[in-house]
Amino acid sequence: MPLDRAGGEGAAVTSDSAVTSEPTAAAVAVRFQKVARHFGEVRAVDAVDLAIRAGEFFALLGPSGSGKTTCLRLVAGFEQPDAGHIEIFGETVEGVPAYRRNVNTVFQDYALFPHMTVLDNVAYALRIRGLGKAERHDKARRALALVRLEGYDDRRPVQLSGGQRQRVALARALVGEPKVLLLDEPLGALDLKLREQMQVELKELQQRLGITFVFVTHDQGEALSMSDRLAVFNEGRIMQVGTPEEIYDAPRNRFVAGFVGSSNVLEPQVADALCGTRGLCSLRPERVRLLAPGEAAAPEEVVAEGRVTSLQFHGATRRLAVALPATTLTGTTLHVTLSSALGLPPQAGATVRLAWPRSAMHAMDDV
Amino acid sequence: MADAALTSNAVERGGGGLRRFSDVLVTRPRLLLLILLAPPLVWLGVVYLGSLFALLLQSFFSIDEFSGLIQHEFTLKTYGELLQPANLDIILRTVTMAACVTLASAAIAFPIAYYAARYARGRWKALFYLAVMLPLWSSYLVRVYSWKLILAKEGILNWVFAELHLTWLLDVLLALPVIGGPSLSISYIGTFLVFLYIWLPFMILPIQASLERVPGSLIEASGDLGATPRQAFATVILPLALPGIVAGSIFTFSLTLGDYIIPQIVGSSRLFIGQAVYTHQGTAGNIPLAAAFTVVPIVIMGFYLWGAKKLGAFNAL
Amino acid sequence: MRSSGQTTGTRASTGLKVAAAAGLAFLHLPLLLIFLYAFTTEEKSYQFPPPGLTFKWFAVAWARDDIWAAISLSAQVAAVSTLIAMLLGTLAAGAVARSRFFGRETVSLLIILPIALPGIITGIALRSAFSLAEIPFSFWTIVLGHATFCVVVVYNNAVARLRRASGSLIEASMDLGADGFQTFRLVILPNLATALLAGGMLAFALSFDEVIVTTFTAGQQSTLPIWMLTELVRPRQRPVTNVVAVFVIAVTFIPILAAYYLTREGQHSGGEGK
Repeated sequence: MPLDRAGGEGAAVTSDSAVTSEPTAAAVAVRFQKVARHFGEVRAVDAVDLAIRAGEFFALLGPSGSGKTTCLRLVAGFEQPDAGHIEIFGETVEGVPAYRRNVNTVFQDYALFPHMTVLDNVAYALRIRGLGKAERHDKARRALALVRLEGYDDRRPVQLSGGQRQRVALARALVGEPKVLLLDEPLGALDLKLREQMQVELKELQQRLGITFVFVTHDQGEALSMSDRLAVFNEGRIMQVGTPEEIYDAPRNRFVAGFVGSSNVLEPQVADALCGTRGLCSLRPERVRLLAPGEAAAPEEVVAEGRVTSLQFHGATRRLAVALPATTLTGTTLHVTLSSALGLPPQAGATVRLAWPRSAMHAMDDV
Repeated sequence: MADAALTSNAVERGGGGLRRFSDVLVTRPRLLLLILLAPPLVWLGVVYLGSLFALLLQSFFSIDEFSGLIQHEFTLKTYGELLQPANLDIILRTVTMAACVTLASAAIAFPIAYYAARYARGRWKALFYLAVMLPLWSSYLVRVYSWKLILAKEGILNWVFAELHLTWLLDVLLALPVIGGPSLSISYIGTFLVFLYIWLPFMILPIQASLERVPGSLIEASGDLGATPRQAFATVILPLALPGIVAGSIFTFSLTLGDYIIPQIVGSSRLFIGQAVYTHQGTAGNIPLAAAFTVVPIVIMGFYLWGAKKLGAFNAL
Repeated sequence: MRSSGQTTGTRASTGLKVAAAAGLAFLHLPLLLIFLYAFTTEEKSYQFPPPGLTFKWFAVAWARDDIWAAISLSAQVAAVSTLIAMLLGTLAAGAVARSRFFGRETVSLLIILPIALPGIITGIALRSAFSLAEIPFSFWTIVLGHATFCVVVVYNNAVARLRRASGSLIEASMDLGADGFQTFRLVILPNLATALLAGGMLAFALSFDEVIVTTFTAGQQSTLPIWMLTELVRPRQRPVTNVVAVFVIAVTFIPILAAYYLTREGQHSGGEGK
């Protein structure tokens, strides 16, 4: 089976820009064309092209300093690009201040106005627009009901817990019915259980409202579970854009393979020695299985033999590191993730035989 | 859904004048900065820096002895006048007093600051802070005045000495050459006491601040390594408190050098630098000489700061 | 191995406690005496103990026109200087607190300088300038000096408050549709209000009490501190001076205490370095 290049909806792959899936039928909510933003010497955003579709839940994923937050701020209007072109629903927004954009943000630290009550916080955008008190309070209450925070109208932000503040921030951003909702690592400050709960709620909310959500996170698990599509950032550039499955199964380069989930990166000579494939490949540890002694591999599988150097128990899974001993492959370690349900694992130092489908290996750009 | 999204605007156009003015300011942060900074900088530049420049300029002018008018011509004659023995006396007197006050205030302030930094906790700490700041916040003149009351011949200090039958001690002190005098309020001892009192908070606060920065674990560590409390004090605490002491000394030294009110109210008729400045610019209108006198403390403090920096007193900051 | 007697963090030695207590008493006793002497019956000297106590000096002080004139001038100068200082200080704080620009440290230094340098330098500098520019002494020459060193007091309070406030508040406000002016009115100003009030009160107290620079810029005019200085050098009715001193303590002390409470949440107010 031939190896695929990382797909999408079929677009040109240029050497220094990311894969952009050009939307055809749906409208484009946010479009970046060769957008750049420097801070002195640092290129925070470096020639980024991006097209976010209307109504999708889009994640900007990357390590800190990768430019994802700067891109979000460029959409919000807190930063202006040094080069390139940004459009929101077809309208040019370079030079347009944030308050003229029908785009609202949920900040990482929530940024609730400490001197206003919850209700006044949420009603703020409507107050600016000139709505009467009764009307804007009514709409604010409905927004609060949407995020399931009724009954806190007269409290001050300082009296609320982190999770409650986050809901207020969300309601405040939604009450004005923005065209795009931006979320800057909104779940970072929450504890695990609350975070998981909010992930589900945010997803449901977005699907119910149909508004385009653009979500910045450094947590790849979050990005994979919540987004319709995501962009992986590194050092100011987009490495890859695609659906979570595409990104996970077919990472385009070393960075994506390493950042999103963990992966085996097989150097060209190693891949060649193993199965005659040319080029750099990635292989997910969970696609590898252990062959029982005497068991034959399936015809579409690649086989390798090695020695177990370490074994870790991770609850639902076990992780093995297997050193491949053949002369051309010395120094290559293959990581294997096995389900704990599969019974007793091999001992450290034991020799094992591994097998994986050829199609599980994906070609990557050697960048 | 897509159609609805496209019909209403993603970007607001138009708006009132104020909103559009805001557009200009927000998209040009430098312009905003300029507008914010211009008034205070212009004021401070013209009023303050301009005055300082005028001061320097005046020190290079001279006064004509006969007409009493200021000659606006560059000359070093006025600085030359500073070298007259009477004026040199004034300078020396002031510097000596400043040094004595600095040393004494450091000695007195240290226990207070040490206690406040190391042993006062919570409510007591706030109380201490208030207790030190309170005198600082109340009127300078009132505090100086209070000492005139205290040091007066018939005042409380003499009364205390009399009650303790120590009047003879007071007489001995007052009979000391140079620093003694007819009474406490007309003697260098009196002046010294008042300076000490007034500047004490300026010494306490920096020392306390620098002592607070010393983690308790350092002292425990030194004890752990075998140092006696005295050794720990000398080798660990004192050096780390030094920036605070130096900062405090800068205050006490420079404030004493320039003060003209305290020596006038409590002291002999022999002048200090501040008084010389005040007198010369007053009825005599000899501003050049007053200016020249003022430059002296500036230069002295310049050397002091430079010396302190060289000795690494600011390194721990 | 711990040396004997090393009890860090638990209790101080008695010697230290005594020294600290004595030092604090030294700081506070003189002020108490001022209060005492406002009630003494002895007019000609500072006799201790006071021969008798009376309230009459308060009435005498109340009746003296020169005192009222001095109070009036001091109050007017303080009011105008405070307003100017609040305007300039807030503008400067707005510029410095949130932006990074070339020369930022220098601006901070320039603002602090008038109060950092000894008063006599500021005083004689202004005097030199007035002389060179041939500006006669007036209400405005006093205000010029006062406003200049009061700016830093307001500035410090405003900067401290602006720095503490979350930077994203301004962005959040703009994000929701408020332009710069609306944001200032609805978000920045309410959060800054108590800090500005505190700064203003401190500036007022500072100006009201100021004498070192004022003697150089007042000419023949008498603010209350100048009045007091004249009395100290050539006393007329000593207890009356004490009554005025009590008044000055109250007028300067109360705003400062109030300012302290207004800005107390973790910050030291700009009251030091007078």
